[in-house]
Amino acid sequence: MSDSSHIVRRTTLRNTAAALLLAVAAIGGFASLTRAETADAPSNETWNSLKTDVFANRPIKDNEGLISIEAPRRAQDAALVPVDIRIDPAKAPNGVKAITLIIDVNPSPVAATFKFGDNSGVTHFSTRVRVNDYSFVRAIAETQDGQLYMTETFVKASGGCSAPAVKNQDEAKATMGQMKLRQFAAKDSIDGRSPELQLMIRHPNNSGLQRDPQTQLFIPPHFIHELSVMQGDRKIFSMESGISISEDPNFRFNYHPDGKNPIRVEATDTDGNKFQDQWPLETAKL
Amino acid sequence: MTILLGRRHVIQGFACIGVTAAMLPCCGGYWMRASAAARDFSLGEIADGIYAFAGVYELMAPANQGAICNLGLIVGNDAVALIDSGGSIKEGQEFLAAVRWITAKPIRYLINTHMHPDHIFGNAVFREAGATIVGHHNLPRALEARGSYYLQSYREQLGDELMKGIEIIPPTVLVDDRLELDLGGRSLELRAWKPAHTDNDLTVFDKATRTLFAGDLVFMSHLPTLDGSLLGWMRQMSELAAVDAARVVPGHGPASAGWPDALQPEQHYFELLAADLRKSIAAGVPLSEAVKTAGQSARDGWSLFDEFNGRNATAGYAELEWE
Ligand SMILES: [Zn+2]
Ligand SMILES: [Zn+2]
Repeated sequence: MSDSSHIVRRTTLRNTAAALLLAVAAIGGFASLTRAETADAPSNETWNSLKTDVFANRPIKDNEGLISIEAPRRAQDAALVPVDIRIDPAKAPNGVKAITLIIDVNPSPVAATFKFGDNSGVTHFSTRVRVNDYSFVRAIAETQDGQLYMTETFVKASGGCSAPAVKNQDEAKATMGQMKLRQFAAKDSIDGRSPELQLMIRHPNNSGLQRDPQTQLFIPPHFIHELSVMQGDRKIFSMESGISISEDPNFRFNYHPDGKNPIRVEATDTDGNKFQDQWPLETAKL
Repeated sequence: MTILLGRRHVIQGFACIGVTAAMLPCCGGYWMRASAAARDFSLGEIADGIYAFAGVYELMAPANQGAICNLGLIVGNDAVALIDSGGSIKEGQEFLAAVRWITAKPIRYLINTHMHPDHIFGNAVFREAGATIVGHHNLPRALEARGSYYLQSYREQLGDELMKGIEIIPPTVLVDDRLELDLGGRSLELRAWKPAHTDNDLTVFDKATRTLFAGDLVFMSHLPTLDGSLLGWMRQMSELAAVDAARVVPGHGPASAGWPDALQPEQHYFELLAADLRKSIAAGVPLSEAVKTAGQSARDGWSLFDEFNGRNATAGYAELEWE
């Protein structure tokens, strides 16, 4: 592992735009980061060098069925890999405080940290990520009593971060910041037990890993790094994220509705743009 | 062993260049390839003064030298135009040799139908040959965003040997909406399309023979690949079908096919794929599940279905869920 890759790891802890810019500048290409895992065989080498940077010396337990993760074994599109995370309510009756999503080989391995409000009721959470190479994708749950539990799955992908995902550049510019919320009644939800929300945000979520062919400099990253989803003043979840969340960030999760307050969303991107929207609760879909 | 015709006969037939082998004169003026193992580069005349090369239905690989898309040559009184440059310098050189076998007229234009490597990796060959490169007004921007990624990722796929000399060379003449090019007694109508296969699709129409070079707006036999907008592609299908052409050279497929019948298979595929995806989205079936079945009933008759359908379905789902 080279010195420069360690700088990347450490700077990503704070998940700030500045840190990411530094990370991008520091790596000058990411070949050294992916080497360990380019083989077919899964390797924990990258994770072992990464985990103390992210979680200090806190013990991380095997998941013991508390958390599970699902992703396709081979990504259809490396820039748009669906990831499903589930918490077993029997093992974590009060839910979890946070889930950290890590993609070992990505230039900035911490994809996102999701923090859940008290009684949010979130036990199933899915999003879409970029995966740069053959990699473990990990979810680490922090329970209400501060214990860490990890689960992982292996995804074969290539070029998810460096490939420009935006297929239609004019439309991406014109629609940036638009949001859409879908509400699913319990009977139509994935687990069939609790109502679900799907939040979609138009944003190029540019990874900043493409080089300008003339100057050979990296094109600056531009992505949503803070997001909060509330019902009224009550937090369902918030997210701090890096470059690994796919273009047009998309989140689907079950939740525990409380009262009839509207769903409110606020997002901030690395250029300082703020986006917000709100939707009345569709009471027929509770 | 392939017998190659002399220059005089080529006008009516095919220019076949045994590409990896030395050309040996023999058999009373005919040319024969020195090695039967060599791959042919066949530039066939599909209409008066219009020639096309048909790529194989494969992914770009060292064995096929990246020669997977169709290429075209249009011969005017004063000069010629080429449509796309191929997927490697090697293929570009073979294309140039085949062109030179047919005509000595200057290559005035190289027209790039869009950004994909199989269509543009040979550009350097034709820049050296003096051609002016023409493309969609969005093509320079698309190449700026993707060029270095293409060079890096295709190195893994094609190997160092075949990547030698490949440069990303943007067009210098841009088509905003329509542009007419003159080759001397032969006028070509270029048309820039809205996002469909990519956001930089360009077609070339030869008025004299009513031949349409559709680039990757038309796929036949090779499953269409989506890197632009499924809705945009479907919406522009009727406008595309309305082009008053007698034949089309698809971006992938046979060298020539009847128009507009050639559009049928891909239209059918898009309609099935979109219908499946819309149904899943409406029912709240998540992307990860929906892409496992979407479009599968259209599988028959397509090469590379498994290589591209899942990817198309993924891109299509992400687009259609905003409807
Ligand atoms: Zn193509
Ligand atoms: Zn293409």
